[in-house]
Parts: sequence; structure tokens; C-alpha cells
Amino acid sequence: MFGKTSIKVVQYGSVLIISFVLIAGLAIPLSASPQSWLEFPIIPGLEDKARNLFFHVPMSWTAVVAFFVSAIYGIKYLRSKNIDFDNISVSSAGLGLLFSVLATITGALWARFNWGAFWNWDPRQTSIFILLLIYGAYFALRSAIDSEEKRARLSAVYTILSGLTVPFLVFIMPRMMAGLHPGALGDESGKGPLFETNMIASNMRVLFYLSLLGFTMFFVWLLNLRVRAGKLELQQLQSGK
Amino acid sequence: MNTFYSTYAVLLKDAQSELRTRYAVNALVMFVVTAAVIVQLAIRSELPSSAVLSGLFWVVVFFAAMSGLSRTFVSEEERGTSMTLQLVASPSAVYFGKLSFNIVLTLLLNSAITILFTVVFPGFVVETFGTFLLTVLLSSIGLASTSTILAAIIAKANTKGTLYPVLAFPILIPLLMTAMRATTRALDGEPFGNAAEEYQILISYIMVITAGSYLVFDYVWKD
Repeated sequence: MFGKTSIKVVQYGSVLIISFVLIAGLAIPLSASPQSWLEFPIIPGLEDKARNLFFHVPMSWTAVVAFFVSAIYGIKYLRSKNIDFDNISVSSAGLGLLFSVLATITGALWARFNWGAFWNWDPRQTSIFILLLIYGAYFALRSAIDSEEKRARLSAVYTILSGLTVPFLVFIMPRMMAGLHPGALGDESGKGPLFETNMIASNMRVLFYLSLLGFTMFFVWLLNLRVRAGKLELQQLQSGK
Repeated sequence: MNTFYSTYAVLLKDAQSELRTRYAVNALVMFVVTAAVIVQLAIRSELPSSAVLSGLFWVVVFFAAMSGLSRTFVSEEERGTSMTLQLVASPSAVYFGKLSFNIVLTLLLNSAITILFTVVFPGFVVETFGTFLLTVLLSSIGLASTSTILAAIIAKANTKGTLYPVLAFPILIPLLMTAMRATTRALDGEPFGNAAEEYQILISYIMVITAGSYLVFDYVWKD
């Protein structure tokens, strides 16, 4: 999918950036009145729990990116009937499932300490749960069709259709309904993503965007690995071994 | 033969074959009656809140739709008539014909469930009739639209029965959640304008799903 050198850059870059974010995000101390770049402000009600911003949000972001990549390659497959695009689409869906699970776990842990329970059906939790269900349904559909060409075609249609409902689940409903998650209706910092409000200091924002970049690169690297593995499997099937 | 006329012809064909066997209508009626009676037996003389009632209402609508709406495409595959239909009608005519048939069926279904709920549950009283009417109308169209394209997918798969609700639930959930909230408002007697956000979500959902289904239908329908 990519050149050998560029995938090396993505590979080492993502490892470097995520390690940096991991260390910096956990080690930089909090301070009531931050003086230097090496201090985070204290967000009332969140304190140390605010550090989850650097991990949980990029994971959810990557899950949504994986979803859209899957839908886009679904469209590409339908237009060209090239089985390689189906391979990319299904690989991306699998990674989307992985990142959704990671986002759910980090979110539930955070909710345990911030809200008092791992799971309380907050609108955000409902929407990530539905994302997991969509991936589950996608793979259930794939296993229910024998013919390779038909499986690729119908699952491409399903990933496109579910891609159309993702904006409702991720960007619309949780912001219109009352909930505890930052950015829900009635949140005093305002509707919309937390990282765009002025509660987040600029050094946190830099680290956050760096983390987004790192996780996206990590996704690209993993996608490349899976696509290559998928290609080998296809070759093996075709050669009849 | 223009698309509009052949759409009408597909709708008429489906309506006629349905009237001959009454498969979908019978299944739906029996399902709805059974579901409502089971709920009634469970709650007996309790007075559930309007939120619970609107939730029950949409649960029954969802599962009833799942039991009946896949019929349009599955029957074509089972009777081996899909090839003939591909020859005589364009894909868009088939899609919109089947969609109109499912919309009619869902509207009938929802009216039946509304009447049944009003009779069976004393707490189910629609205070704001306009909100309820618009919500049920919009949700029926959205539900029928999603069910139609998924029925077309499911008709080509091996396990037709069990997979259908699995595929439909995650896609329908934005619609169902919105419909439940609007129905609760209607049962609570909130004024018509209070549910404006819900109408916006429902209308945009219908437009997005119908346009998307129309664009991808060719690939599902043609073997």
C-alpha cells in the first residue's frame, strides 16, 4: 500500500511519538498556577484524571478514522471490483474494532474513578457500544456469505451504510443529549469536544495533537501489516495450498 | 416505460402478491398481538412511566419490523423471481417500489401498534397528537428505508433470519433513540415545537439513508 521507506518512517515515528506522549502525559506535574511549559493546569473535577485525554480521545478518534477508511475502500471496491480494496476495507474494520475496544476500556476505567461506575449508559458509552455492535454485525455478515466476490460486495455495502450512521452516533446524538461525558448537552464548558475549549492549556493541546498524530500513524502501520498478511492469505488460497 | 410508472408497477405487484398470501400481514399482526399481551401479562396493574411505555412501543415496532420487512426481497430469492424482476425493471424502480411497499407496511404496522397500546395500556395516552403523528410518520419512513436495503443484502446471504436484526439494530439505533425521546415528549404532553431537534435528526437520517441506499442498491441487486 505504501513504499518501504515511508512505512518505516510511520512505524518508527508512531513508536517514538506514542512513547513520548506516554511519558510526558503521565510525568508532567499538575500545578494550580502553571508557570512553565512543564506544568499542566489543574482542571476542577478532573485533576490527574485529565491525563486520559491523551490516550482515550486519540483511540476513539482512530476508531472513527478506521471506520471511514473501511467505508471509503468499500466504495472503491464497488467501483473497481478489485479484491485488494476489499482486503484493505476488512483490515481497517478489524483495526477499528481493536481501537473501539481500547477506547471503551480506557473510557470505562476513567468513568469508574470520575463517575463512580464502569458503565452507566451515558450517551457516549451508548454510542461506542453501538460502534462495537456495527463491527460485530459486519463480521457476522462476512461469515454468512460463502462466495468471495459476493461477500466483498455485500460487506462493502454494509460498511458504507453503517459509515453513514456513524456521524449521527459520534458527532450528533451525544452532543444533543444530556450526559456526564465532556461535551454533552448541559456541560458548563460548552457543547463540543473538550480539547477545543479554553479549559485545556496550550501545552496540553500540543501533546494532545501529537498523540492524535502518533495514534493515526500507529493505525497506518498496523493497517499496512494486516493488508500485507491478507494479500498473502489470498495468494495462498488462489494457489490452492 | 418510465421509472415512475415501473416503480408503481413493482409496488402494485408486491401488494398483490402480499394480498394473495397475506404472509407479512399475518406474521406482523400475530407478532404485535403476542408482544403486547406478553408485556401486559408482565406488568399487570402497574402504571409504567411514559418513558417506559415509549420504549416498549419502539421495542415492539423494531422486532415486528424485523420479522416482516425482510419478506420483500427474501421472497423474490426463494421463489426464484429475482432474475425476472431484474430483466423487466430498472434497479431504481425495484428499489423505490419495494421501499414504498415497506413504508406502507410499516405505517399500517405502527397504526396497529398504536391502537393496541392505547387499548391495552391505560397509561399510553397521546397528549400531543401532532408530535406523535409526525414522529411515527418520519420514523416509519426511516425504518422502512433501512429495512429495505438490509433486506436486499440479507436475501443474498446464507442465514437470512437471524442476521437481519443483528445488521439492522446498530444502523437503526440513532432513529430508535430519537423516536423514543420524541414519543416520550408526546406522551408527556409537551408542546409540538419542543421536539424540533428530534424532527431534524429524523429528517436528516431519512435523507442520508435513502440517498445512500439508492446509490449502492445496484451493487446489491445485480448478481
